[in-house]
Amino acid sequence: MPTVSMTVNGKTVTGEVEARTLLVQFLRENLRLTGTHVGCDTSQCGACVIHLDGIAAKSCTLLALQCEGAHVTTIEGLAEPGGPLHPMQEAFRENHGLQCGYCTPGMIMAALDIVRRKGNDLDEHTIREQLDGNICRCTGYHNIVKAIAAGAKAMGKGGARQAAE
Amino acid sequence: MSATGIGAAVRRKEDFRFVTGNGQYTDDVVRPGETRAVFVRSPHAHAKIKSIDVSAAKTMPGVLAVLTGSELANDKIGNLICGWMIHSKDGSPMKMAPHPALAAGTVNHVGDAVAVVIGETLAAARDAAEKVEVDYELLPAVTDPAKAKSGPQIHEVAPKNTIYEWSLGDAKAVDAAFAAAKHVTKLDIVNNRLVPNAIEPRAALAEYDAGTDQLTLWNTTQNPHVSRLVIAAFVGMAPEHKLRVIAPDVGGGFGSKIFIYPEEVVCLWASRKVRRPVKWVAERAESFVTDAHGRDHVTHAELALDEHGRILALRAKTIANLGAYMSTFSSSVPTYLYGTLLSGQYDIPQIYCEVDAVYTNTVPVDAYRGAGRPEATFVVERLVEVASRQMGLEPAEIRKRNFIKTFPHQTPVIMAYDAGDYHASLKKALEIADVKGFGKRKREAARHGKLRGLGFSTYIEACGIAPSQAVGSLGAGVGLWESAEVRVNPTGSVEVLTGCHAHGQGHETTFAQLVSERLGIPFENVSIVHGDTDKVQFGMGTYGSRSGAVGMSAIVKALDKIEAKAKKVAAFMMEAAEGDIEFKDGKFTVAGTDKSAAWGDVALNAYIAHKFTGAELEPGLKETSFYDPTNFTFPAGCHICEVEVDADTGKTEVVNWTAVDDFGTVINPMIVEGQVHGGIAQGVGQALLEGAVYDKDGQLLTGSLMDYTMPRAHDLPSFHVGMTETKSPSNPLGIKGCGEAGAIAAPAAVINAITDAIGTENLAMPATANAVWAALQSAKPRQAA
Repeated sequence: MPTVSMTVNGKTVTGEVEARTLLVQFLRENLRLTGTHVGCDTSQCGACVIHLDGIAAKSCTLLALQCEGAHVTTIEGLAEPGGPLHPMQEAFRENHGLQCGYCTPGMIMAALDIVRRKGNDLDEHTIREQLDGNICRCTGYHNIVKAIAAGAKAMGKGGARQAAE
Repeated sequence: MSATGIGAAVRRKEDFRFVTGNGQYTDDVVRPGETRAVFVRSPHAHAKIKSIDVSAAKTMPGVLAVLTGSELANDKIGNLICGWMIHSKDGSPMKMAPHPALAAGTVNHVGDAVAVVIGETLAAARDAAEKVEVDYELLPAVTDPAKAKSGPQIHEVAPKNTIYEWSLGDAKAVDAAFAAAKHVTKLDIVNNRLVPNAIEPRAALAEYDAGTDQLTLWNTTQNPHVSRLVIAAFVGMAPEHKLRVIAPDVGGGFGSKIFIYPEEVVCLWASRKVRRPVKWVAERAESFVTDAHGRDHVTHAELALDEHGRILALRAKTIANLGAYMSTFSSSVPTYLYGTLLSGQYDIPQIYCEVDAVYTNTVPVDAYRGAGRPEATFVVERLVEVASRQMGLEPAEIRKRNFIKTFPHQTPVIMAYDAGDYHASLKKALEIADVKGFGKRKREAARHGKLRGLGFSTYIEACGIAPSQAVGSLGAGVGLWESAEVRVNPTGSVEVLTGCHAHGQGHETTFAQLVSERLGIPFENVSIVHGDTDKVQFGMGTYGSRSGAVGMSAIVKALDKIEAKAKKVAAFMMEAAEGDIEFKDGKFTVAGTDKSAAWGDVALNAYIAHKFTGAELEPGLKETSFYDPTNFTFPAGCHICEVEVDADTGKTEVVNWTAVDDFGTVINPMIVEGQVHGGIAQGVGQALLEGAVYDKDGQLLTGSLMDYTMPRAHDLPSFHVGMTETKSPSNPLGIKGCGEAGAIAAPAAVINAITDAIGTENLAMPATANAVWAALQSAKPRQAA
C-alpha cells in the first residue's frame, strides 16, 4: 500500500493507505481523530469540513494521497488540550449553536473560513449565504448564525488567534 | 430563580465535548477485531428473488462471511414487528405482513436488504458486495397510496394492500351537522412524504462475547431499552438479560431512530456467527432507502360552519401510506396521533375521521417529528383559513370565535385538554408579528412586484406520551411511563439515571437544573446518565416531546424519596425528631433550633452509617421511581408566517416568522427556543422544499442530498419566538413539552401565507418556485375574469 505523510494539527503523521482512502477516513480511522464526521458522502452536508493548507475543504471529497505534504487542521486542533476554547468554539457554546453536535465540527471549521474570507464583522445575510455548504437538521440555523457573528467578532478582538492556524 | 435552576438559560454541559470534536457517536466506537458489514440491497421496488449466488463474493480477499435471508431463517431469527395493534372499523385486526431482516422470497422496496457481506475492512466488504449475484424476477409495483388498493398485491396477508380501515367519531352526527350547515369548506390535501435525514447516519456495532454468551449493541437509537426488548422478545436474538444496548451520543433522530431496523438485527446475528465485532454505518444513499420516512397522507377534508363562522363539524377521509412493511410504531401515527388531534384549538361539536392504511412498494413510513399531529394540524388549519377567506372573516377572528375557552375540555375525538389559553398566544403573536402593519408592508411589496401574504397556524399537539392504561386501551404494546434513579454519592454529588435518551435535546443540562434547584447543590455536581441498558434499569426513550413531562416527573418523584430518606439520616445526625427536620437550599435544619447539617454531611452519614443502626435505617442514599402520567399534555400556540412571492418566478421567501408557544413550565428557555427554531425549520422544509418522490416503478428519484432539498441557512429567516404559560395540571412540574411544536405548526402557516399572497388555494407541498408559479398561472384567468 502507498504511504502518505502530512502535518495534522501541527504534528507530522505518516500512514499506509489504499489509493482510494479518503482524507476523512485517514483522519478518523488511521489517526483516530473522530471529531470530523461523515454525513452524506456527496459533499452536500459539510460535517467533514477541515482546513487544508488554511482553506476549508470537505475531507470526504479528497483522497488522502492528494494531501501529501499538506497542513491539515481538524476540530481537535483548534484549542490546546486543557487550554481555553477557540473563540468560535466558545461562541457556539455560548449561543446554543448546536444541539446533537454532529454537524458542529464542520460548522465551526466552515465558520472560521468565512471569517478568513469575509472578516470579523459579519452580517446575517452574509453568514447565511456563506453557510451554503453546511447542513444542520437540529437548530434551524438561527443560533448558528448568531454564534458565527459573535465568534467572528470575538476573534477580531482577540487578534492573536486566526482562522487558519 | 438560581443561576442554574429551573427557568435559567444555563449553557449546556454537553457542548464542550461536541465543540472540541470529542463526542462519541456509534461510528466513533471501535472494538478490537472489528469487522465491517455491507448490505446488498434490492435495486427493484418489487421482485421475486429467484436465486442469490454468493460464491464469487465469498472467495474475495478479506471476506469473513456472506449471509442471506435463508440462513437467517435457518437460524430462527424472527421478524421485525409493529408494536401497536389497530383494529379496523369492522373489528378485524391490522394485517401485519412478515418483515424479515434479510428479504426472503421477495423484495418489496428499493433498498430492501437481501444479503450482507462481513469483511475485514469496509473496502473489502464493499468489493465483495458487488460480486453478489441476485437473479430477480420483476413484479409490478405500486407507490402512490391513492392507487394502492387497486395495485398489485404486495403481501399475502393484506388483500387490496389494505392494513386497516379505521374510524373515529360519530359519522351520523357529523352528517346531520353538515346537513344543517350554512357553509361548507372542502379541501383535498396531500401531506408530502418526507425523509428525516438526521445528519448522523444510522449505525450499529455488535459484539458477541463467547465466554459469557453476551451480546452488546452500540446503536443510533432513541430508545435503547425498547430496542433490546423487541430484539430479545420478538426477534429472539438473545434473552433480554444477555443483550446490552448502548446508545452513545446520537446525532439527531426526529423519530427515525426510534424504530428497530433490520441492520442492527443482522449485525448482532453476524457477530455471533463470525465471532468478531461487526460494524455497519449507513451511507446517506442507504439512509434514504432504509430510514423510515414520514407523513405521506392523501386526505379529503370538510368543515361545516354556521352563518357566524362557528364550526359545527369536521370530517376527514385519509389514505395513509405505511410503505412496504409495518415499521415499529407505524400503525399509531395516522390513527391515535392524527385523528385524535382533529379538534385543534377549537370547540367542535362533532368530528368523524376515517383512515385507510395501505402497503406500497416504498420505504416504510413511521413517526417523524410531530408524527400524525403535523398532518392533523395541516388539515384543521388549512380548513379554518380557507373557510375564513370564503366567508369574508379575518383569519384571527374566525379562530377567536371557535377557540376552546374553558378547561378541562373533552373533544369528540378522545382527548381531554387539561389547560390552555389560546386567546393569549394569538394576541401576543398578533403583536409580535405586527399584523396591524401588514397592509402597509403588502402595498410596499407590490410596488417592487412582490406578492406578500400572511398565514396563521394555531396548532395543538398531544405530548407527554403517555398514560400507560390509556395507550394500552388504544392498542399500544407497551406502557409509556418513565423511570428515574437518583444516586447520591457519599461526597454529595448526584447521578441521575434516566430512561429517556438525548440526541440533541440537552437532557444532561435541563435534568441537572432540576436536581440542582431541588437539592440546592451546584449544577456541576450533577451528572445525567442515559442510553445504556446495563446502567439504567428500564425506560421508554425519547420521542413525542415526552422527556420533560414524563421523564423529569419521574426524577421529581425519585427526588421526593431522596429528600425523605435524607431527612431521616439528618434526624439521627442531629438527634432530632424526623418531623422537625426541614430541608431548604441544600441545608437540613431542626425547626426552632440553630442546628443544621449540610447536604454533603448528610450524604456521607447515609453511607458511613455511624449514627444509626441497620435496624433503624438502611444505609445508602439511592432511590428509584417509575412515573406514569395521568394524561397527555397539550402544548399549543400561534405561529404567523409572512412571505413574499416573486410573481414572475414563483420563488417564495419567508420574510418574517413569529412563534408564540405555551409549553407550560420552561426549564431552560435557551434550549426550548432552540427546539422551536429547529422544529420550524423542519416544518418550513416540508412546506417549501422537501418531498420524497417515487416514480411509477418505485425508484426513489430524490435519493440523495443532491436531489432531496434540505433547508439551508439561506432558506430561512431568524425567528421571533415568544412564550405564554399555562401550566399542565397533569404532572408535578407543569411541563407540556416543546420538541415537535415548530414542525407541527409551520407547514400550515407557510401554505396559508403563500395562498394568501397568490390568491388561489390550489397549491400542494412542497411549494417550490415551480409549483407556486404554476398555481399563479392557473389562477390568472380567474383574476382577469
